[in-house]
Amino acid sequence: MNAPSPLLAGHTPLVTTRLTVPGMKCAGCIGKIERELAKTPGIATARANLSAKRVAISHDPGLDEGALADALLALGFESQPVADNPLASDDAERRRLTRALGVAGFGMMNIMLLSVSVWSGAEGATRALFHWLSAAIALPVVAYAGRPFFASAWMALKHRRTNMDVPISIGVILATCMSLYETVTGGAHAFFDSAVMLLFFLLAGRALDAEMRTRTRAGIGALLGRMGKSASVIGPDGTARRVAARDLAPGMLVLVAAGEALAADGEVVEGRSAIDNAMLTGESAPEPVTPGSLVYAGAINLGAALRVRLTRVAEDTALAEIARAMDEAGQSRSAYVRIADRASQAYAPVVHALALAAFAGWMIAGAGWHASITIAIAVLIITCPCAMGLAVPAAQVVAAGALMRRGLMVKDGSALERLAECDVAVLDKTGTLTLGTPRADIAALGPAARAIALALAQTSRHPLSRGLAAAALREGVTPAEVADIRETGGTGLEGRWQGVTVALEKPDGGGDGALLATMLRIGETRRTIPFSDPLRADAAATIAALAREGLPARILSGDRAAPVAAMARALGIPAEAEADPRGKLAALEALKARGHRPLMVGDGLNDGPALAAAHASIAPGTASDASQQAADAVFIGDSLMPVALAVRVARATMRIVRQNFGFSIVYNALAVPLALTGQVTPLVAAIAMSASSLVVIANSLRLAGATR
Amino acid sequence: MTGLALLIPIALGMGLLGLCAFLWSMRAGQYDDMDGAAARILIDEEDAP
Repeated sequence: MNAPSPLLAGHTPLVTTRLTVPGMKCAGCIGKIERELAKTPGIATARANLSAKRVAISHDPGLDEGALADALLALGFESQPVADNPLASDDAERRRLTRALGVAGFGMMNIMLLSVSVWSGAEGATRALFHWLSAAIALPVVAYAGRPFFASAWMALKHRRTNMDVPISIGVILATCMSLYETVTGGAHAFFDSAVMLLFFLLAGRALDAEMRTRTRAGIGALLGRMGKSASVIGPDGTARRVAARDLAPGMLVLVAAGEALAADGEVVEGRSAIDNAMLTGESAPEPVTPGSLVYAGAINLGAALRVRLTRVAEDTALAEIARAMDEAGQSRSAYVRIADRASQAYAPVVHALALAAFAGWMIAGAGWHASITIAIAVLIITCPCAMGLAVPAAQVVAAGALMRRGLMVKDGSALERLAECDVAVLDKTGTLTLGTPRADIAALGPAARAIALALAQTSRHPLSRGLAAAALREGVTPAEVADIRETGGTGLEGRWQGVTVALEKPDGGGDGALLATMLRIGETRRTIPFSDPLRADAAATIAALAREGLPARILSGDRAAPVAAMARALGIPAEAEADPRGKLAALEALKARGHRPLMVGDGLNDGPALAAAHASIAPGTASDASQQAADAVFIGDSLMPVALAVRVARATMRIVRQNFGFSIVYNALAVPLALTGQVTPLVAAIAMSASSLVVIANSLRLAGATR
Repeated sequence: MTGLALLIPIALGMGLLGLCAFLWSMRAGQYDDMDGAAARILIDEEDAP
């Protein structure tokens, strides 16, 4: 990918690099990125993908990822190179299913065209011709479109288990073989249409399921990827080169620029700055660092450049240790059996026994081999869980779509099922019950002071500056004209306004960290601007809503006891403070041991293992990457209500799924006697199957209004 | 009966054409960026700042 010689630019082939750009939101952004990037020397073309929030840049091999990111930053967009795409296999599966669905749809329509003629009375040579044509279409279609089911059924059988795909595969294969036999011997009934239609409806269910997964994962993927993936290593000769995180070694000296995330743990050798440790601790207050301070992978350097001597890299970092704990905690969840598979475990033996009984019964009654097999297949086809295959995915896709419009992305169907089963809610404090970002209180400032504060604050990436700028902008303040703004890492900002020195500085004596504040100095007057991390506006309402759903809430925080207890009193719920990641995990395990199914809501990396261990988990969109990976769902925005909404919608979804199952059972109770008595012709099978599928889909669509 | 010999190949051919068009559009990435396609119509090419 990185050909070394920029001199050969005109002759070397272009390479394509993909960058994720979370800030891309509208047509204007696409236009700006595509038009302006192409003007940068070395970049041939840029193509933006708004759905995936990605830009594919075709460029000269001489440009590296850093140069491309700089070019995007010059346009006002932050970007990250896309790592080895972990979602690619998901995407490939979705494409395979969609192709299979297209092929099955084509086959179904054409066979149906021929079948209608047979049902309306075609006879003799015409009927034989139509059957042969149907067979010619159906055989390749079944072979191609049926592969996802056959492969899955084979895997299950090989491990001596059974799943939904086993009865489906047996039904489809038997129906196809039987119809082929009928065609060859010139018989009256062929079931090609039923076999292909069955595949079409079931593939529709599978494709919906895959679509839901990829859509929400693309949304979450756009939020991910803020951790340091490479570092500038300073060689013995003083030159710097980029090294990928996995190739770093202890003892290397790296340069961490302002705004860059650390890729490994280390000790500061040179420079003074402040770092944002939110990734590790979930606390947004910046931490000052000086030579000798220990810094951890994932921390973001907010001030001046630092030189760091690496101590622990790759698998040994504090971050990786927590990730391992999360992996172990997540093991229990993978054992969860989805409702569709649970249903089919009960269902498949009944269907197979019924078909076998029909065959045996008619043989004993003296109907002959041919008639008995035909009836047995009719039983298999009519009871084939067509509606069941749709019952779960259709409801879950509609529910996930409705939740997504309200700002909550559910990762997959199993997450919805587990959310519905939760009976106790465990909430983290910072970043979950609170907003996690400091908000400035500027009520005491006059208009001029506000304008100066905004002018200074908006030039810095420091969390307090950002909080101050956001507060001022919300009040509609326009920045004053401040010249010569300088930022000194660890101290503050300074500039000149109308000949007077103005500055934002650290307040005197504010060393205990409990009170977040900054000092605004205009000439000789000094004012303190206090910051607070406010409770989300609807936190109390959300806890009440959760209680109504039968989920009593409790706080489980890594923060100090006093503020946690104060918040617990204000909200009227029990709390546990000063819990480290292991402690949180233990608290979750204790709840599970008592027979509870906890719902964990948390954001920091210290919540990661607990999120993975909980029965279901939700993380805010501001959470660390690892926590978003571990959580079942991610919500965006300042409101906590999506958490309660998710539980309510998940339960409504399970109600609809049960109704769908109930309908399937009623339908089978009506259809099976017909099939057993040999009354089911291909026409009846086709009508019954499509009618049941449509009813299930229509019932599921009712969930679209469930979030209201 | 002679009509059938003409109509059936036409029906199958048109179905096959639709299937090919669908498979092509998938391979060509027509469905890769649905949101982007909706937004691109708003880009005003002349109005470059």
